[in-house]
Amino acid sequence: MTGRATGGRAAGRGARDERRLGWWLCAPAGLVMLLVTGWPVLYSVLLSLQRYDLRFPDRKAWIGLANYGTVLTDAFWWNAVAVTAVVTVVSVAIELVLGMAIALVMYRTLVARGLVRAAVLIPYGIVTVAAAYGWKYAWTPGTGWLAGFLPAGSAPLTERWPALGIIIVAEVWKTTPFMSLLLMAGLALVPEDTLKAAAMDGASAWQRFRLVVLPLMAPTIFAALLFRTLDAVRIFDDIYVLTNGAQSTSSVSIIAYHNLVSGLNLGIGSTMSVLVFLGVAVVPVVFVKVLGASAPGQDRGR
Amino acid sequence: MRIRRAPGRGGARAAASGLLACGLLVGGASAGCGSGASGPPVVDLYNAPQEHLARIVGRCNGLAGGAYRIRLNTLPRGADDQREQLVRRLAAGDTGLDVLGLDVTWTAELAEAGWIRRWTGADAAQVRQGTLAAPLDTATWHGGLYAAPYNTNVQLLWYRSDLIPSPPRTWSGLMAESARLAREGRPAYGEVTGAQYEGLVVWFNSLVASAGGSILTPDGEHVALGAPALTALTVMRAFARSEAADPSLSNTQEDDARLAVEAGRGAYEINWPFVYASMLANRPGMAARFRWAPYPGVNGVGRSPLGGANFAVSRYSRHPRAAFRAALCLRDPESQRVAAVEDGLPPTTEAVYDAPGMAKAYPMRRAIKDALRTAAPRPKTPTYQNVSTVTAVTLSPPRSIDPPRTSRTLRSLIGDALESRGVLP
Repeated sequence: MTGRATGGRAAGRGARDERRLGWWLCAPAGLVMLLVTGWPVLYSVLLSLQRYDLRFPDRKAWIGLANYGTVLTDAFWWNAVAVTAVVTVVSVAIELVLGMAIALVMYRTLVARGLVRAAVLIPYGIVTVAAAYGWKYAWTPGTGWLAGFLPAGSAPLTERWPALGIIIVAEVWKTTPFMSLLLMAGLALVPEDTLKAAAMDGASAWQRFRLVVLPLMAPTIFAALLFRTLDAVRIFDDIYVLTNGAQSTSSVSIIAYHNLVSGLNLGIGSTMSVLVFLGVAVVPVVFVKVLGASAPGQDRGR
Repeated sequence: MRIRRAPGRGGARAAASGLLACGLLVGGASAGCGSGASGPPVVDLYNAPQEHLARIVGRCNGLAGGAYRIRLNTLPRGADDQREQLVRRLAAGDTGLDVLGLDVTWTAELAEAGWIRRWTGADAAQVRQGTLAAPLDTATWHGGLYAAPYNTNVQLLWYRSDLIPSPPRTWSGLMAESARLAREGRPAYGEVTGAQYEGLVVWFNSLVASAGGSILTPDGEHVALGAPALTALTVMRAFARSEAADPSLSNTQEDDARLAVEAGRGAYEINWPFVYASMLANRPGMAARFRWAPYPGVNGVGRSPLGGANFAVSRYSRHPRAAFRAALCLRDPESQRVAAVEDGLPPTTEAVYDAPGMAKAYPMRRAIKDALRTAAPRPKTPTYQNVSTVTAVTLSPPRSIDPPRTSRTLRSLIGDALESRGVLP
């Protein structure tokens, strides 16, 4: 826009007026956005600086950063951070590989393409909580069809590592279709001619995939990974339904919920919410730093 | 929002206009609306699922003679979910709640937060009249009465007399019986609630009380624990590592314990009296040899856990008079008799134990009344939820308990929980 405002003086004023009008037209929407997103965020930050337990309304007080000290030195919190990190890294990694395979299948399928795509997308269309209950009952001894395959007496959801495994499986099952959908859009960006040229030069299928398809798809892969990582860091519903944080399987969102809603401790709970918010904000920064070269819009100069 | 049938002509119009005004003024808070001009005030009762509660409510509505009408709302099945719904709505000042069915451990929390009303005058006197001391104590906080005891409960030792001819009085006696049964190649497991949840806290609390101590000081402000807690932790660890321990001990809740004994895997269980009716229904053959005995202790008979539920009146109720009267009716002797005989909830009014039908439904009623005399209440503190959560996490799994170290961890975590300083897992 700035580039266009360099004409004559009259034109410049016209452009300025137009811009001002634009701001005015945007103002109501901007104001609403500020109210509905800005205020809750600010309110959480304010709560996080207070000792505020609903059960002790008289003991409410401003205590600076003490809540942050409490949370950041707490073993339960760091356990939740570790659980969140493990679930995020493992599930996103599996989703990327599986999603890519499914995307290739969907893209290359010659027969019943619509049917294949619809079938792949079904898990994504099921409400997460409903799916999570499905998994929960499937693994419950006595009622579940999956629990029947296990040795008698085992209850995987009541032990830590099996429960985390089931949480990851539920996550992967649910969100791989999303990943494959994004990656399929990326596959469409790879020109058929390039692939044919590579084939003419004697590149094998694997070499074409690794040396032609992947580099051309890099921005899409970057976006897909970023989306899914941001989602996975906030994981809540699968864990809430499957274990509700028992056996040290709380994610950061679950532990924040427990302190806010069950514990009625608005100070500690808000502190955790703010930390989750900061954590989610850090993810894109890390992504750009680590995978910067392939970030969309970063490779224009090359 | 429901439209109530109004008596007489023009009632429907009055109700409709009342409804409109109500919708405008309170923005859709359904309860209480429309009860002004026509019909009796509606008292919204929120209670845990109980099969025959509607019958009790119907009887009270009949007795009210138009003074109020109780509307039954059923809370979720899980105690944590019930508490969560209640405290969330109370924290928001929801006027749609009038009478609340509370677990015995919530009194302090809701009273301290100012969410439930104190019982005074004639109402309080009527609640105290003939009510057993232990359940009455669960309804008091800082000397004030904040709820009306509805039902109570105690755990007993349930055993198979074909395996254990004379029931031991102590945990070490139980372990010795299990060792003997294991040597003889017969069912040897003792089923206790060892999963990471309230049941584990209940077990620990009763053991500490049986050893002569308590988790908190009597005022509920500080951590007590000490030597009795070390004794309790030693017993739990020994039990979890003995022949008495079912391999699934660390996943066992009340129902799992019941099923294990019914399936013939366990020789005995520590559980609430509902297991008796269940045994009669599911395994009539075994029921003849299914007996009860007092809760085991450390040196002699122990102090049983105390359960149950009380009725409280919400601070935000718009018909407190009617709500108090409704609560009184819901827990009067006849209501308690129905709850006891039909739903298996032991009464809090002493006289009800001799009511018709009780002898058949409660052959163990003497044992229940005896246990109630010494039953160990859980710690009274507004932060009970936090205390219980950190205790369960620290004690789980029971076989990993290391008495001195676990005791130190408990002291520090419970201390933080009391101050609402700590973090919940």
